[in-house]
Amino acid sequence: MDEVLIRPTPPVRPEPRRRWTLAGRSARPGLPGRPARPTRPTRPARLARGTGLQRAMLLTGAVLTGLFLLTAVFAPLLAPYGHAQMHSGDVLFGSQQHPSRAHLLGTTIAGYDVLSRVIWGTRTAIAIIVAALALSAVAGVLLGLVSGYLGGALDRVLVGVADAMYAFPSLLLAIIMSIVISGGQSSLVGGLGAAACAVAVAFVPQYFRVVRAEAVRVKAEPFVEAARVIGTGPWRIMTRHVLRNSVRTLPLILTLNASEAILTLAGLGFLGFGVEPNAAAEWGYDLNRSVADVTSGIWWTAVPPGLAIVLTVLGTTLLGESLTDLADPRLRRRPAAAGAGSGAGSGTDPGADPGADSGSGPDLVEEGGQDA
Amino acid sequence: MSVLIQDLPGAVGPAGGTRDLGFARYLAIRFLLIIPTVLALVSVVFFLMRATGDPITIAFGDRLTPAQLQVKLHQAGYDRPLLTQYLEYLRGLATGDFGRTATDDQAVSTVLRTYGAATAELAGYALLVAVAVGVPLGMVAAVYRDRAPDVALRLLAIFNYATPVFFLGLLFKLVFSVWLGWLPASGRASIDVQLELRNQSSTTGLYLVDALRSGDGAAIVDVLEHAVLPGLTLGLLVAGVLMRLVRTNLIGTLSADYVESARSRGVSRFRLVTRHATRPALIPVVTVLGLQVAGLLGGAVLTETTFEWKGLGYELAHYLSARDFPAVQGIVALFAIVVAVTNFLVDAVAAVIDPRVRY
Repeated sequence: MDEVLIRPTPPVRPEPRRRWTLAGRSARPGLPGRPARPTRPTRPARLARGTGLQRAMLLTGAVLTGLFLLTAVFAPLLAPYGHAQMHSGDVLFGSQQHPSRAHLLGTTIAGYDVLSRVIWGTRTAIAIIVAALALSAVAGVLLGLVSGYLGGALDRVLVGVADAMYAFPSLLLAIIMSIVISGGQSSLVGGLGAAACAVAVAFVPQYFRVVRAEAVRVKAEPFVEAARVIGTGPWRIMTRHVLRNSVRTLPLILTLNASEAILTLAGLGFLGFGVEPNAAAEWGYDLNRSVADVTSGIWWTAVPPGLAIVLTVLGTTLLGESLTDLADPRLRRRPAAAGAGSGAGSGTDPGADPGADSGSGPDLVEEGGQDA
Repeated sequence: MSVLIQDLPGAVGPAGGTRDLGFARYLAIRFLLIIPTVLALVSVVFFLMRATGDPITIAFGDRLTPAQLQVKLHQAGYDRPLLTQYLEYLRGLATGDFGRTATDDQAVSTVLRTYGAATAELAGYALLVAVAVGVPLGMVAAVYRDRAPDVALRLLAIFNYATPVFFLGLLFKLVFSVWLGWLPASGRASIDVQLELRNQSSTTGLYLVDALRSGDGAAIVDVLEHAVLPGLTLGLLVAGVLMRLVRTNLIGTLSADYVESARSRGVSRFRLVTRHATRPALIPVVTVLGLQVAGLLGGAVLTETTFEWKGLGYELAHYLSARDFPAVQGIVALFAIVVAVTNFLVDAVAAVIDPRVRY
């Protein structure tokens, strides 16, 4: 479980990036003869005791994520007002109104209804997560595939750039990307699309590294050689043979990245580079507007959007980690846990199919990254 | 460190001379690799930002006439070919010249020096908090593995991860400075203290150091009071990561043979954990702490904005909304250099600790 917990923030692994270590696989800073992270030997024992907690975590994650999705779907029914509505009839809502019956969570400094914006915010969050993850996965997979399969100078340049970007704060990359896309003029242009692209850029290096490492491994397999011998073109080999064997760990990374994407989007919005308030409701932006409110003791503009972020990230994180555990064959071997979990797991997220024939999901995720 | 290495099995490297030579070679190569990393990032940022237009038009486009713009463009040299500008920018970077800001026409290097100290101070507090909170909690979690304290801490860690750093900051502000009134809500010091510190004969920009040098007790207290909430906010971001790492490593070393043998010799449980098992478990923590610098810088931008802590992150947000690209580029370049150099130091420390890293 703890190995899993470390994963949401990828650069955290105790190993220095392998590429720099010049000595290949043995380069762990852990001590010789004294493995620094011996999760493997102790894992079964811990799982046996931790199953109850794990089930609770999976359940909590599924419930929170389900609530989040339902809120987004039924936002028009749930939200008392529109996300940019400032008056009902001819009466203005007023600025920074206390929570009341008309406005259960009060109004913001701009005169929006807080509750409505929190509810509409779920739609923005989902749209951007889906778009950003799809964009980054497609770009990362394509680049990784080409880079890993073709190799050569292009590969070296791409790896260098990806490594540099990977080491850099992803939030800053997202900010730079968002002002580039919006033309440096106004973040009105593009709106959601710009924000999605900005968030996507932060994740491209991750997919690139994983897929490239897999592609390098797969291209040495006999079946690729066989395809080449019978005269298959490189593009067809890449898409038919290498791609399909290189992306099996991606659903897991996607699930885990969903929470990261929400946090990046919120950070972007908090710095004023997300979505404009009248284009859509965005939690990070609303928090940005509430900084001054907090100083004067107005809590209702800050706490609700913040809690929405926390609960959503909590849900996707718990779900993602539980699903990662379920995809772990070492867990699947235990009939009780697998039976209890896989039903709920495949029911809530078909993307992370526990039956995927990954040798061992989490380890591949990590080692793939290090081979780059 | 060297004391530690001596009594580790398998840590005996090749004969002294060759080993030192190999180490020096490794360090030299690794040091040179800083350059392509920084170059890649700076180039990506340069061309991305220029893809949107030249900095002058972006900063002043809506306020000046085309003729005025043209004059300004020519003065700043932005009407030359992009490649010339790029090479000149790189040449400037190599000599520590980051160009001039577009909006308020300052040397970017001055901006970096002025506000870099504030960010460095905040990062220092944050690392302190991270170690002071993360390491002991990780030890507790490892000792009580899978029992109530461990489970509670694990849930706490997930909550900590799920809470955006700026929301945590806002909550702290709301509770501790607005509702309870214990601590100041924003800034690095009160205005009078700031003036007093600036008027000293020589200043470092690190307020705590300046306050200590002035010997004014009230100023020291004031500076520290302002540092508590931002330091705690940013520090907890890293503390969660440290806690999980210490826990995992400590669980590993606690089940190692040498700990078992120490236990059989009758070493007390407390001493076993604090002395025998923790020291080796902490070695990777040094590495991870270094790798967290990127996350720390990203978090610093948000924390500084939350607490109006006038450092590089705060200025970055300010220059970004002013569309001042030279300033943004300069700050990003500095961040890139800091990240690359820290990663080098991390690898160097790892090589000192673990001989297998180098040839």
